[in-house]
Amino acid sequence: MRVRANLTCGLGAFRLAAELSLPGSGVTALFGASGSGKTSLLRCLAGLEPTARGYLEVSGEVWLDSERGIARSTHLRGVGLVFQEASLFAHLDVRRNLEFGLQRTPVAQRRLHWEGALELLGIAHLLERLPMRLSGGERQRVAIARALLASPRMLLLDEPLAALDQPRKDEILPYLDRLHRELAIPMVYVTHAMEEVSRLADHLVLLEAGRVVAAGPLSSTLARPDLPASFEDEIGVIVQAVVAHVDSQYQLAHLSCAGGELRVPQQGLKPADGCRVRIRARDVSLTLHEETDTSILNRLPGVVAAIHPSSHPAQVLVSLLVGELPLVARITRLSCDKLQLQVGSKVWAQIKSAALL
Amino acid sequence: MTADDWAAIWLTAKLATLTTVLLLGLGTPLAWWLARTDSLWSRCVGALVTMPLVLPPTVLGFYLLLLMGSQGPVGQFTTWLGLGLLPFTFTGLLIASVIYSLPFTVQPLQQAFRAIGARPLEVAATLRASPYDTFFSVVLPLARPGLITAAVMSFAHTVGEFGVVLMIGGNIPGQTRVISVLLYDRVEALEYTQAHYLAAGMLVFSFVVLLGLHLLNRERRV
Repeated sequence: MRVRANLTCGLGAFRLAAELSLPGSGVTALFGASGSGKTSLLRCLAGLEPTARGYLEVSGEVWLDSERGIARSTHLRGVGLVFQEASLFAHLDVRRNLEFGLQRTPVAQRRLHWEGALELLGIAHLLERLPMRLSGGERQRVAIARALLASPRMLLLDEPLAALDQPRKDEILPYLDRLHRELAIPMVYVTHAMEEVSRLADHLVLLEAGRVVAAGPLSSTLARPDLPASFEDEIGVIVQAVVAHVDSQYQLAHLSCAGGELRVPQQGLKPADGCRVRIRARDVSLTLHEETDTSILNRLPGVVAAIHPSSHPAQVLVSLLVGELPLVARITRLSCDKLQLQVGSKVWAQIKSAALL
Repeated sequence: MTADDWAAIWLTAKLATLTTVLLLGLGTPLAWWLARTDSLWSRCVGALVTMPLVLPPTVLGFYLLLLMGSQGPVGQFTTWLGLGLLPFTFTGLLIASVIYSLPFTVQPLQQAFRAIGARPLEVAATLRASPYDTFFSVVLPLARPGLITAAVMSFAHTVGEFGVVLMIGGNIPGQTRVISVLLYDRVEALEYTQAHYLAAGMLVFSFVVLLGLHLLNRERRV
């Protein structure tokens, strides 16, 4: 499955004009500030925006083609949508909410079975309850299961965690991780929280003022030095790592990744667990020689691959290769000149903080 | 209680029941359309539907009499159809009641539909429900308190009408003589004991209906 879209929508002051191509698997995050058009784009994919014009094709099927007068209704698209706030039908208990989409899905098209969905989202004990008797986190889990039971060809999530407090977010995130790992269904995830993007996404679409400003695989897109100024604090890389061992005395996890070893504060990890680490450009500094008398634990040797101007004239973005691991460092132009950095220079990257996701 | 009383009670119940059934059938799509549309046209229709609330029933009755009379367009049409003239028949009274009680059906339904908002409809569409399916499986169940209010108010309001009946229905036993008209007759004839039966009966009926409605709606909220 692949999504090709060239869409405009909106009236008056706000206008979305997005051209994009989404991969047919994994999680695609639509990221941007509020008002950037990410929710409008999602609603266009679902067919819920009556002002949507342009072209939309999903696995070879044309869902929208304004020139030919094609606009497939939402209920014929087979898209699951999880909204920001609780959207369970108040007149139905959890069981009948879950059955709503399932019953309307032809048996031949059903891909996730009942027990599977209940188990995946941990809601088997809630079946007889009415939505008003559920917590915010439980409601979202039921809403996700309900969407999945309709066997959508694409699951759309519109800031599903935004209305929840941190403990509830922490309750749901592991379930989203599981969806990601265990289901083949492509997901489009709208959020303005980079933490959720870094943790869940495989692909990233950055939106600003109704336009797509960058799109591509998560880590390489986030590492692009030419991102608009509003995203510059987010520039960095997402590192896939495996826990090598856990230092129980100092409570540090030793992670092995493409660039070598990283040490991060332990968060319930066990050896051989896979995890993701986010290293932002602003948290990486450079030295010409390894400094050993520093409190910074993570120091990796690398080679300068490129030097780009930053949006602030005092700073530059230095792209490095540490073994096979790309890293980006944001340093001042003055330091760059003092260290006489150029493409091919050997440097040590000092990582001030690496966030375990 | 005489046979006349019982005939009037039976006729009133029949009129109110048929009016309510017709109103729910006509008023539900109308209220749905009014709740979902915002145009000059829908506002005009909305105002027109509300007019029986503020107009004296005699005004309504007068124009209906003219429309359905032998010179009126509706009257000529029904004559052409071979149905004869509608004023002073049960059918004529039924049509007048439907128009007269229309706002009591449309307003609670319109409010209930508005309160549902767009979200449940969008959710249903993403769960493969067609608009028609959504209306019956999501909208109507969610609007149940509004439906109950609409039905009860329309029924009770029809039972209580007098001016329209007098103008369009007259006072034909078994045809158009409903409780309120019979009560008027009794008072005019100074049959106060008979009048009391009917008047007190209406009083108790109205109180019980309204109390029941309040209790029912409160129960839904808890």
